[in-house]
Amino acid sequence: MAPRTLFDKLWDAHLVQAETGDLPAVLYIDLHLVHEVTSPQGFDTLRARGLPVRRADRTLATLDHSTPTTPPDENGERRYYTPQARSQVEQLERNCAEFGVRLEGWDSAQRGIVHVMGPEIGATQPGMTVVCGDSHTATHGAFGALAFGIGTTEVGYVLATQCLMQRKPRSMRITVNGRLGPGVGAKDLILHIIHAIGVGGGTGHVIEYAGEAIEALSMEQRMTVCNMTIEAGARAGMIAPDEKTVEYLRGRPLSPEGRAFDRAAARWMALRSDAGARFDQEVAIDAADIAPTLTWGIDPGMSVPVTATVPAAGSAGVDRALAYMGLEGGKPLLGHPVDIVFVGSCTNGRISDLREAAEVLRDRTVSGGTRMLVVPGSEAVRRQAEAEGLHEVFLAAGAEWREPGCSMCLAMNGDLVPSGQTAVSTSNRNFEGRQGPGARTLLASPLTAAACAVAGKVIDPRGLTGATPREAA
Amino acid sequence: MDAFTTLTGRVLVLPEKNIDTDQIIPARFLTATSFDGIGEGAFADWRFDAEGNPLDGCVLNEPRAADSPVLVAGHNFGCGSSREHAPRALLGFGFRVVISSEIADIFRSNSQNVGLLPVVLPEEQHLALMAMDGEELTVNLEACEVRTSTGERYPFEIDGFARHCLLEGMDRLDFLLSQEQHITNYEEHHERQDSAAAG
Ligand code: SF4
Repeated sequence: MAPRTLFDKLWDAHLVQAETGDLPAVLYIDLHLVHEVTSPQGFDTLRARGLPVRRADRTLATLDHSTPTTPPDENGERRYYTPQARSQVEQLERNCAEFGVRLEGWDSAQRGIVHVMGPEIGATQPGMTVVCGDSHTATHGAFGALAFGIGTTEVGYVLATQCLMQRKPRSMRITVNGRLGPGVGAKDLILHIIHAIGVGGGTGHVIEYAGEAIEALSMEQRMTVCNMTIEAGARAGMIAPDEKTVEYLRGRPLSPEGRAFDRAAARWMALRSDAGARFDQEVAIDAADIAPTLTWGIDPGMSVPVTATVPAAGSAGVDRALAYMGLEGGKPLLGHPVDIVFVGSCTNGRISDLREAAEVLRDRTVSGGTRMLVVPGSEAVRRQAEAEGLHEVFLAAGAEWREPGCSMCLAMNGDLVPSGQTAVSTSNRNFEGRQGPGARTLLASPLTAAACAVAGKVIDPRGLTGATPREAA
Repeated sequence: MDAFTTLTGRVLVLPEKNIDTDQIIPARFLTATSFDGIGEGAFADWRFDAEGNPLDGCVLNEPRAADSPVLVAGHNFGCGSSREHAPRALLGFGFRVVISSEIADIFRSNSQNVGLLPVVLPEEQHLALMAMDGEELTVNLEACEVRTSTGERYPFEIDGFARHCLLEGMDRLDFLLSQEQHITNYEEHHERQDSAAAG
């Protein structure tokens, strides 16, 4: 057999029907993750057609997008932002009860942002196909899974048939050579990649990340990279499983146990692109070129190294972005005042992200004019952070410590950036209005975000943490 | 969904590149549990100020917008989230076709699933259409071509099955349900393999 890519292997293994000239492939879905925003009309389809959920045992639901991150009031009532938010949550509770779908709801110790929770409880495993009505489903590709976002109509199809009709995308390999420098993390890496290939650069492709710098990343960092694959337009991103993947999954609630785990691990370790496998596109990135990176504009490709100047005015796209962001073209980002800092989301709301931010804030305080919000990605992340006393570090520094959810990443739940204010955010989208109408978002790593919170303005985190930029050789 | 065969109507041009799904339908309109009335939120932050007053100078607020079923938009339209609310909002607003030189993957498949025709044209032809704001176009899905009022014909490609579904106004659920035996066979085969491996 000709050498195959990891993506080819995953694709072939899930074909219920191969594609033909006339018909797309029928692809089997191993794991369907569900949340309250994109699922109600999918369940309605079942109801209208009198159909059950075909594989409730392969379906897993959570509450994350519309949920308040403040504690319940004195009567135990959740403080929903709007009555619709409440009814959306209640609708999912009803749908799951009616169709027998497992819901990690308000009373679950595992509830969390869908892309934080899935891997954390071991639901996401190498070799799987994973879908969710959410574009950041690409996150799960960090485990060597084929994971992608779908629309609500397709949510209905998967609920009803556990299958989707898909044309096979093209393949792209991004090889990141060398090692990231001090103070430079997975978020900086993926922002750099999106800038390099463009926000549409991955359209029509599935990306495999490879190379020394990728292998050196922890599983949580790999999730950060795969998470933002969609911001380069690619539907899925993936990384071949290795020892780190296996160790991460050992002992998770839904992982296999005992000898079954060892056998699964052996299968997982074999999931990699064959030597000589051909990709439709190859991109090489040098890790040493990457500095702490922030976006300055209105899409995730509009980023610069923290010490650089933002682009000069003069083209329609740049002019619009500068005007929206209240920035002057050709000027440095360093020193730009920061009103809000948000640490959280499915990109950077995991325990290692919170540790990174807490390290900066220990014995320091959030600048007087700046508000900082720290939102754990899941109940498990919250418990772990509290066990380590990280919440006390945040609170002592003057930051807010919230309950898990998507929160200010998309500002559906009332956690929003007021119009005209500038936020340094560890989330994944800086689109106009994403964090609230008129909100100005600078995407950055948890390290950079925490450093900016202390300074009350954009600073180079390497100055604060003592990590010096690597000298040019 | 409504069938799409051929349509003649006026063009509305939004020249911005990378128009994302948060522009098409801001997140605060996603809290409903049905898609009814979703069109009212289309491009809400482009059309209205914070108090909800229509913004002058926004083409989407011109009377002709309601009567322009063909949206011609800048490169990489529909990037961002997987929210199906985006193509549904465009349909609700009155668009039936969106034409660009690139359309984001998930937005494109969502559009096909809800009856909004996504058309990708080469850059040169796309540029020509970007200069035809307010003019009439014919978009013919049977012939897979766009025809300008001056008689230029621009052929476009679309997946055969997606085209069939759009022409018939048919969703894919019936086809998938008809695959039941294959799906069961697949499951039995793979689950036997898995349990053998786990045994
Ligand atoms: S944290 Fe943000 S990007 Fe992630 S699932 Fe929630 S809303 Fe989507």
